[in-house]
Amino acid sequence: MLGLSPILSRVSYQKRYHLPMTIDFITDLASLAARVPDGAKIALVKTTSGVPMELVRAMIRRGVRGLHVVCVPTGGLAVDLLIGAGCVDILETSGVSLDEFGQAPAFGRAVRSGSLRILDTTCPAVYAGLQASEKGLPFMPLRGLLGSDIAAHRGDWKVIDNPFEEEDPIACLPAITPDFSLVHALQADWQGNLYIGDTREILLMAHAARNTLATAERIIDGNLMEDSVLRSGVIPNIYVSEIAESEDGARPLGMPGGYVVDGKHLALYAEMARDESGFAEYMAKFVLDREAVAE
Amino acid sequence: MTTVTPSLIESCHLEELLIDCIAGLLEGSRHIAVGVSSPIPGAAALLARYLSGSRARVSVLGSRQLQSFTDGGVEIFDLAAQGRIDAFFLSGGQIDGSGNINLVGVGEYPTQRVRWSGSFGSAYLYYLVQRVILFRLEHSRRTMVERVDFISAPGSSDENVYRPGGPHALITNLCLFTFDRALQRFRLESIHPGHSLEEVRDNTGFYFDLPQDISSIPVTPVPSDARLSLIRGEIATAISDPYPRFAREILGYASSGGTFDSNTLGNATGPVA
Repeated sequence: MLGLSPILSRVSYQKRYHLPMTIDFITDLASLAARVPDGAKIALVKTTSGVPMELVRAMIRRGVRGLHVVCVPTGGLAVDLLIGAGCVDILETSGVSLDEFGQAPAFGRAVRSGSLRILDTTCPAVYAGLQASEKGLPFMPLRGLLGSDIAAHRGDWKVIDNPFEEEDPIACLPAITPDFSLVHALQADWQGNLYIGDTREILLMAHAARNTLATAERIIDGNLMEDSVLRSGVIPNIYVSEIAESEDGARPLGMPGGYVVDGKHLALYAEMARDESGFAEYMAKFVLDREAVAE
Repeated sequence: MTTVTPSLIESCHLEELLIDCIAGLLEGSRHIAVGVSSPIPGAAALLARYLSGSRARVSVLGSRQLQSFTDGGVEIFDLAAQGRIDAFFLSGGQIDGSGNINLVGVGEYPTQRVRWSGSFGSAYLYYLVQRVILFRLEHSRRTMVERVDFISAPGSSDENVYRPGGPHALITNLCLFTFDRALQRFRLESIHPGHSLEEVRDNTGFYFDLPQDISSIPVTPVPSDARLSLIRGEIATAISDPYPRFAREILGYASSGGTFDSNTLGNATGPVA
């Protein structure tokens, strides 16, 4: 809990750690959303790891267009909303669904209409592409894949011979370098560190992307790096461009270490989004009307 | 232990028969991994762990208590590539007689008239996990097809492709097939109680081999009273962490004691991955 207003805690923090009196990487949600330009390549984590839903809704309100979305490695509500709202040109994913609430309706419509360019992939291929990027490598070899129709439709994947063995073809995948990894953390501190716990795919996303924009449940007065237990679950500020505080920022999805998914809301979305008019109604009520969302 | 009565078998659900049957297929596995939305395979893995004297390790994705990964989403794939996962489960919107699976959709790719979620980890795990058990509760000509519309992951690969793993068995609401990797096709092993070879043939769109003596195709064994008690007791308790509704509605699990449903064999209600 923040007992003090953010300004006071920032000042006390800056004094204690002898930091400059300006910290301009802490911003508000709308400004954070405005950082993502049309046509950007963004990475979003799978539903169970804590998705920055409030940021996604703010991006939709801003009217971002032409996104290339990389699902790490799968997508759910956030991706379906972005697609339905017309924000996405290219979707790179191992799967999109509402999990136990069924297929993602806007995604299905976009596939059928051909309005979405889909790059079907498989979970470890997404991780491998991000790992290549975090190592500054142009590509990563990966087992499996050969002979699948996924590989057949990915002209950007190549097959090489293992240079160390005879007769061992192996797929090579280009590095995936998002312009922005959009993440949600349980805590951030005034130095720009993010606590993400054991959802280490988010750490990988931050390593791989040119910029990481984060929302956090709370911005705490202190330094996450000082606690040796927390430290192992921290994304260091080196990778983090800007942060906005966003309590309940992953809702209606769950937040590991915070809260669980709101099944009733997801069931409602699955029902409403079955046709375009219902989707528009959902958007009006839960995305575009910010006051209603905040309730 | 719950009191064992002969009426237990009469009240055996299809799900319980499948759990018992799959646990048999998992025998000897050191580490069994189970994907999300897979309560029956999850329960079978836990049963196999119990029967192994807890030697078998089990990782149930989506469960906080039943998986112990600490390296993020990539860890299960790294484990598989190193040969540290002996058994895994996959399904398919379509499965064909060569063991190819389709998790992507029906019709011409990419603008398919029916689009499913996507291939998830199949295009990797199917190659690397020694025993992949295909599981599908809808056995029909819609799902068991001659040739899949899209190969999310192939049932077999060219000889020079690194492939220690692949299909081991296919279990449905009607029967159990095993997969012959040399012949690259399925062989009928047993038919579940209450179903016939004709029914299996009518509902299967692909060719499959039959046992030598087709006059006596085995019936998939119904679990013993003791096994059923175990499934409805300790296994139901364990699987209630990720799948509370399944544990309650299918295995009759109640945290206070345990009341059994009376639905009989054949009322398959379990979800399909």
